Amino acid sequence: MLELRRHNAAFCTPDFLTFFRRQVAAAVRKHRMFTRDERVLVAVSGGKDSLALWDVLIEESYQTSGLYLDLGIHDYSVESKAKCEAFAAARGVPLIVSSVAEAVGAPVPVIQKVTRRPACSGCGLSKRYLMNKAALDHGFPVVATGHNLDDEAATLLGSVMQWQTDALSRQSPALPSTHRRLARRVKPLYRLSERETAAYAFLRKIDYIVEECPFARGATSIAHKEILSRMEAASPGAKHNFLFGFLEKARAAFERSETVHLNECERCGQVTTGTICAFCRLADEVKRSS
Amino acid sequence: MKVVLRNPRREVDVAGPRRVKDMLKELQIIPETVLIIRGDELLTGDVVLDDTDTVELRPVMSGGGVGPVHLP
Repeated sequence: MLELRRHNAAFCTPDFLTFFRRQVAAAVRKHRMFTRDERVLVAVSGGKDSLALWDVLIEESYQTSGLYLDLGIHDYSVESKAKCEAFAAARGVPLIVSSVAEAVGAPVPVIQKVTRRPACSGCGLSKRYLMNKAALDHGFPVVATGHNLDDEAATLLGSVMQWQTDALSRQSPALPSTHRRLARRVKPLYRLSERETAAYAFLRKIDYIVEECPFARGATSIAHKEILSRMEAASPGAKHNFLFGFLEKARAAFERSETVHLNECERCGQVTTGTICAFCRLADEVKRSS
Repeated sequence: MKVVLRNPRREVDVAGPRRVKDMLKELQIIPETVLIIRGDELLTGDVVLDDTDTVELRPVMSGGGVGPVHLP
């Protein structure tokens, strides 16, 4: 049995699994994320969310491959990679592995030292770049990530606290391709809380990494999640109302009136608003320091 | 009962018998921030635990190496 206060209900295991799959199906349908005729690249970290997402899509007969980005974060990366490989092998589904160290010239801990910026900065930049690159290289029109309702609500709170109107305009469960070299990006778990994805992973006996990235400790996004969790405890459904209210009533007001001009990086050919993309500049910075 | 906490992994003893929701209250943990696991089952708040039970409180928050969220 699982109690979900925001639904004022308790579910038995079979009913909860059905509920979970229906929420994913509703997300995919509402935002036309992908069809069964398309190949979907699922970005997996070894954590509960991305492996739960991949599991649902496999069960629903979508054409999926996993993409694991090896960040080179000591034991955490070794263990999370092993979880993804075991998951893929047990289900007979393909897993693509891409290494940040090979692409940038150094793993995330070294990038942090070189750039003197938070580890999440270089890591996030590398992940976005390598996800899109893998999709292009392997012919996937769409990349699916395991972002859940809590992730999206915390991102929204962070953007609102700083009034980052650019970020607010881009926050969506589905980002279309706005350039021939940009894959679509979708978040089929955005309707489900992280407690629900954790319960799904547990009940499906998915062996995921419970320990989290050591660099994320103390991150602002975690502080926002804790604040939202306290609000949720006081008022069940608060996170849902915050995120869905934004998506349904407010997001359109932040959409840009003018379109951003996108170029292809002179070095690597990936999309950028300048001439050399941020990823190539990061790789240059790492190279200069070594 | 033995209560296993994660991130970092540690164990605490709580006297039974006690309902799950009361055990969480004693540890000042917000129920929605953890899965309550006994063996291969998830427990609801009204389940009564006794001194022989071992339960894991597995945090559900992703994106940072944190444990459960505590009451303010």
